Amino acid sequence: MKIILNNRNESLEADQLTINELLVVKNFTFKMLVVKVNGELVRRRDFDSTTVKDGDDVLVLHLITGG
Amino acid sequence: MTLPEQISNYLKQFTVGIAGCGGLGSNCAVALARVGIGRLIIADFDIVTEQNLNRQYYFHDQIGRLKVHALRDNIQRINPDVVVKAFDMKLCVSDVIELFSGCNVIVEAFDKAEMKQMIIETVLTKMQPKPLVVGVGMAGWGKSTIIGARNSGNLFICGDEVSEVSDELPVLAPRVGMVANMQANEVLEILLKDFRPTN
Repeated sequence: MKIILNNRNESLEADQLTINELLVVKNFTFKMLVVKVNGELVRRRDFDSTTVKDGDDVLVLHLITGG
Repeated sequence: MTLPEQISNYLKQFTVGIAGCGGLGSNCAVALARVGIGRLIIADFDIVTEQNLNRQYYFHDQIGRLKVHALRDNIQRINPDVVVKAFDMKLCVSDVIELFSGCNVIVEAFDKAEMKQMIIETVLTKMQPKPLVVGVGMAGWGKSTIIGARNSGNLFICGDEVSEVSDELPVLAPRVGMVANMQANEVLEILLKDFRPTN
């Protein structure tokens, strides 16, 4: 599938992935993060039940301490 | 009126909420005060310490004071026309909604990743379409060019998104100031969207 991840085009082998699978595949390792799919926030408890499909626009934001 | 006067006059109608008054919040608030924002709602539970002075907009004679009170004083010394509402509290979900629902834009200026996540989830799920400007990744020094800004709908992200504070990588004035001023710059872009100067 082809998705937009953090404003970049990405081609992935799988036809679809859960959020948790996508985070592993793309190496997002921080504990604290925010995920939006097609503009909608996905809560952490839904990371295993929400899937990313061809054409989706995904934002993954690492939350980093400091400020 | 000169253009800066027109901008200041136009910005008087707006209220900005600042969640946290450390390195990001104090510097962002001062930038917004200088350009003439109408009202600032600032919240923090902490006091000024000597260790804060390497990056936060406080003075040596303010050590020991509540940050929200010291920052209110500093803002009003710069621009007495800014109305500052100061809240000495550690924010939870319901506080964010109550304090900031009347704001035109909210600036996330917390230190802890957990608090950043809390306010992003709160604003994105319960306060849409409120714009939220967050600061993520500014520890260390150098690497000016990896600091950037991007947005996804009403979530605006400033910072390098990688540099986490640690014993080896402290947060210092230059980079936190860059991100704080970038946040203020995003706020201006949002608020000045419909601004039209007159000759």
